[in-house]
Order: sequence, then C-alpha cells, then structure tokens
Amino acid sequence: MKKKVLLMGKSGSGKTSMRSIIFANYVARDTTRLGATIDVEHSHVRFLGNLVLNLWDCGGQESFMQQYCTQQPDNIFRNVEVLIYVFDVESQELERDVHYYQSCLEALLHNSPDAKIFCLVHKMDLLAEEQRDIVFKVREGDLIGLSKPGNVTCFRTSIWDETLYKAWSSIVTMLIPNVAALENSLTHFANVIEADEVLLFEKATFLVISHCQSKKNRDSHRFEKVSNIIKQFKLSCSKLGAKFQSMEVRNNAFAAFIDTFTSNTYIMVVMSDPNLPSEATLVNIRNARKYFEELENPNNVATNHHNHKYH
Amino acid sequence: MSYEHEDYPEDPFPKDFGYGAYDQDGLDLEANASNNSETKPRILLMGLRRSGKSSIQKVVFHKMSPNETVFLESTSKIVKDDINNSSFVQFQIWDFPGQIDFIKPPFDSDMIFRGCGALVFVIDAKDDYIEALRKFKDTVIEAYKVNPHIKFEVFIHKVDGISDDSKMESQRDIHQRSSDDLSEAGLDQIHLSFHLTSIYDHSIFEAFSKVVQKLIPQLPTLENLLNIFIPNSGIEKAFLFDVVSKIYIATDSSPVDMQIYELCCDMIDMVIDLSSIYSSEETAFDSGSSSLIKLNNNTILYMREVNKFLALVCILREENFNRQGVIDYNFICFRDAISEVFELRLKRQKQLQNPDQDDDELADDRGLTMGGRLNHDNDAAAVSRAP
Repeated sequence: MKKKVLLMGKSGSGKTSMRSIIFANYVARDTTRLGATIDVEHSHVRFLGNLVLNLWDCGGQESFMQQYCTQQPDNIFRNVEVLIYVFDVESQELERDVHYYQSCLEALLHNSPDAKIFCLVHKMDLLAEEQRDIVFKVREGDLIGLSKPGNVTCFRTSIWDETLYKAWSSIVTMLIPNVAALENSLTHFANVIEADEVLLFEKATFLVISHCQSKKNRDSHRFEKVSNIIKQFKLSCSKLGAKFQSMEVRNNAFAAFIDTFTSNTYIMVVMSDPNLPSEATLVNIRNARKYFEELENPNNVATNHHNHKYH
Repeated sequence: MSYEHEDYPEDPFPKDFGYGAYDQDGLDLEANASNNSETKPRILLMGLRRSGKSSIQKVVFHKMSPNETVFLESTSKIVKDDINNSSFVQFQIWDFPGQIDFIKPPFDSDMIFRGCGALVFVIDAKDDYIEALRKFKDTVIEAYKVNPHIKFEVFIHKVDGISDDSKMESQRDIHQRSSDDLSEAGLDQIHLSFHLTSIYDHSIFEAFSKVVQKLIPQLPTLENLLNIFIPNSGIEKAFLFDVVSKIYIATDSSPVDMQIYELCCDMIDMVIDLSSIYSSEETAFDSGSSSLIKLNNNTILYMREVNKFLALVCILREENFNRQGVIDYNFICFRDAISEVFELRLKRQKQLQNPDQDDDELADDRGLTMGGRLNHDNDAAAVSRAP
C-alpha cells in the first residue's frame, strides 16, 4: 500500500533536513551539509510491513513553486494522502510564504480533496524560549484561518529537540491502516502483563506509532523524548557498526525493557514493580510477538498461529 | 538534548544541595589541613575570555548539547561555579577576563591554588594564542609558588574542524613556547600536559578523565580491583564512571578504545535520560540503577551502580553473560572493596580532623555511611563539614 506524502515549503525552510533526520538517520548537526533540493526528490520509505511512504520532497525555490502550481498540478497534487507544509518561523517574507501556501492548497483541494494537511512551524529553536508558545499560537490561528475550507493541523518543530518526533509521529500514525486494532491489542497486552506503559516504535525511524498507559506520568512529552533518546543511542551504536537488539534500564522506581518486536517494530514496556524478574517480562514480550506480527501482516497468516497466549 | 532545559529548571544541581561546606570557609578548612586530605579531587578551570570555559562547563556538567553553547553569553566578570554536589570530582571554574589580574589583590592566590589538585588552562586553538600563553606563564609561576604539587594541564581547545596535521602542529608549537617560557623563568622542573579537545566529540571527556585520574590517590588500587574483577567475570573491558560528568576515573589495564568509551558515555546518557522520565530527575540514578544492552555483534553492555557518584560499565561477549550470577556476585565483592577503599580515606580524614574522637563513635558513623542510603546525603555532608 503506497501513500503519497508531499513535503512542501519555501526554499531553506528545512524540509530536507527534517526528512534526513527522521528517515535517513542524520544527526541534527549533519544537516548543515545538505544542499538545496532541485525539483522534486522522491523517496520510498518502507514503514510497517506493507505500508510504503512515497515521499515527495519538493524543492522550494520560487521557480519550482510556480511550476508545481501552474505547469504540472496534476502530476504533483493528484492522489496525495498527506501534504506537509513547512514554514520557517523566522521568515522575513511571511506574505509571500502564505501566497505560495494558498496556491498549493488550492491545487491540492482540487486534485485530492481528501488529503490531510499539516503545517509545521519550523526552526522554533531560533526563538527565545518564552516566546515560542505565543508565536506558535498566533501562527496556528492564522494558518487555520488561511486554510479554509481545508482542515489543517499545526505543529511547532525544531530539529534540535524532540518536537520533530512529535509532529512526524502524529502524521505517520494517521497513515497506518489498522492503528485502532493495534492500539486495542496493545492495551490488552499491557493489562495482562500489568505494565505501566507500553510503547510501539517503528523500527527504522523510532517514531512512536502506538502507545497505551495505565499509570499517570507527569511528563506529557515523554513519548517523543523517548524516541529521541533511543534514536540517539541507536546512532551511537551505528558508529561502531552495531545495532542494539534489546535493552533494559532500571532503578528502584521502575524497569523499562526495549526489545525488537515484530519485523518492523520495537516495543518498550515500562513496569513499576522492580522486584519482578526481568525474565518474566521478556518472556511475555516474546510470546506476544507472534500475535502482533499477524496483526501487522494479516495477509501472511498462512499457518495456524491462533494460539496466542500471553502467559 | 535540549528538552532538559525546557521543562526543568536550567541548573539541575542546586547549589545548596547539601554540601554547603565548600565555600570560602571550606577552602580555609582545606588550607589548614596541610596534607591535602580531601576525598574529592579539586580542579580549577582557567583561560582567557572566549576560550570556551563556560561551554566546557555546560557541556560536561550540565548536559547542554554542544550546538546550544553558541547561545551562551560571554562571561564578563569573574565567575566562580562550584560543582560539588553530584559529582565525584570537585570542580571550581574560575573565569577571568583579560584585563583583570586575578593574581593581585583583592584576589587571594593563596586561597585559589592551595588545596587544588590540578589547574586546567584552556587555550583556543583557532585564535592567536600568544596572549593566552603569556597569561598561562604568569598563572603557572604564581600557582607553583603557592602549591608546588599542583598539576598543570593545557587544553588546546576547539580543535574540531582542524586537520590532524595542524592539530599536531599547534600542539607542538604551544608545547615548545610554554616550555621555553618556563625555563626562562627558571622553572624547568614543572611538568605540563597537553590535550587536544573539542566539545563536539568525546575528546573533552577523555581529557578530563586523564586529568582526574592523576588526582586520585587510590587509582592504582582501583585499577588493581578492576584487573582482578574482569578476568574472573569473563568481562573484556570495564570503566568506572563518574555518572554526572561521564569522566572515567579508572579502567582496567587493557588499552582504551575511544569508540567504546564513547558508546559507554552514550549509554549512561541514555540510562539517565530514560530514568529521569520514568522516575524523577533527582532520583534518576539511585542504588537500584542498572542497565543491560545487547548488541547484534555478540556484545553486551552492562551497567551497575557502585555508589552515589559512580557506576561501572562493563563490555563483554554474549556467551560470557550466561553466568550472570557469577558476574553479579563478583560485582558485589568489587563494590564492597571500592567502598572500603573510600571508607578508609574518609576515616583517616576524620581522625586527622578530630584527633580526640573515640573509636566507637567513628565506627557508628561509618556504619551509617555504609548502610543508610536514605541518609547518605546528610552523612556525606556531615563528613565534609566536620570541624
């Protein structure tokens, strides 16, 4: 199942940088090496089994932007599932940005009326911390107004912190066909093994694609933080040409287990009873694997794998 | 990872955390105890303005991500920052602007240099360093006068983006000039060490590790313990880490692979970050902290808490981890031995400071420090505050 995702925005707004960090394992610092994108760069990202993201990174220089809307609107805007439009928060020519945004939006609504629209207010790190909220609220209000009759969801992002993961995680989750079933099963699993929290990560990007919690946690940004933390560690391992298979982190208050799960996911299970032997949780994770594998690839259920018990 | 600075107070280590004793009174106290009988090594960080001291301090001790240091404002007046609370190493960072001569009154060089183990002088490799070297010479001469045991360490800093050849060239040049300066002043006997550092990789941690290791009198014992622990547990390499700064204060005698050390640093970061989310910032590293990571190249990383400041990170083959029981048992022996090494020192220090305290009381106090983890803070504070 291919889903077409358009990544648009003015030249230099940071489209290719964020794409490289999320999908190509770049470190934020390395993105300074990226050059301008010429025309459209296509990339296919296999994401969860049979879901393939067909990412169109559209170069943002003005000549290209005009071309997209006037000469080849069919080619670009047809069959789009998602439009991600990136705004540089520090941009000096806001009016022009908005003008291009509206032309793209018009073409999109004409060619793919059902496409979902996301606006990322990017480079938030350039603002002073206390300003970020206010500026974002104003921009969000403006964008929602400007996008009528389309519905738009806004995110504030920066490649230097976890906000990037939050935005992409939300976007990508929307594209997963059986996400509700996944979440139900995950909740059931968490209840059976008495976990505080279970997170499911996509293997390559470490975006959180599903989660459930049974115990309150004071930190509402923790999912994207965990994504970021683990992705950073994964990059450290790759410097030595290694990958991690599993990890366990504990102290007196909790125990967290991160393990390869299905062929496309990692799972993280957080337990609050540190006295429970690690092996018990690991066995439970191992036993749940087969069930989730089937859930992810319903077509491959050729054999009689229906005796999925957790204990 | 910048989120720490968004959701939490910027300085995660409040200054009044319990070790209030190392203000100026504390310094006097140490100056009086003539045989340098403190339990933590103390380090001064000095250098010209804009040489990168504040950035080093933020990156190493406050976990600021290196790219954020470009936003740091330049330090315009003398700043003294003590980082005693949470680290095994006691640091003092003195930042002096070029026009102020800290050696002359009202600055008491006696107070600054006495009781100090090492002086780290930061030189910006990308700048003209003649002025820095002149300042360095004056500092060395003054410090040596006050405290001839002080170790002099030069960080040739900001070497990221400089080719290996020119790194070597500037190190050679700085070495040559500073040695010439000192022999002119008739101080040939002073030994200088040089380190090439950058905050954008782990070289700054590596350099600090080497500096700190020179200041730990127990180092041979610690290394010995590691050398016994490792082969008996089927472990290939082990680092004893100061958790807060990710400085390794000891390792076994096998050679250090920088990449492995970096991975261990990143592991500690990961463990602490994750623990801060699922317990709390203050209790992220506690007596139950441990972590186990399996890599796909048949390697295991295993971390255990040693004491309030220290953690042991071991690297071993997967097949050797089958005997985890043996490793854990050996680890407990190792941990006990380490606490004995430091207890001995604490005890001697107490005896020196309270010659008339009787032995029973001493034993009681010791029991408390060893057993009562909950009271650990208070005990340690009591130790350093003892009159």
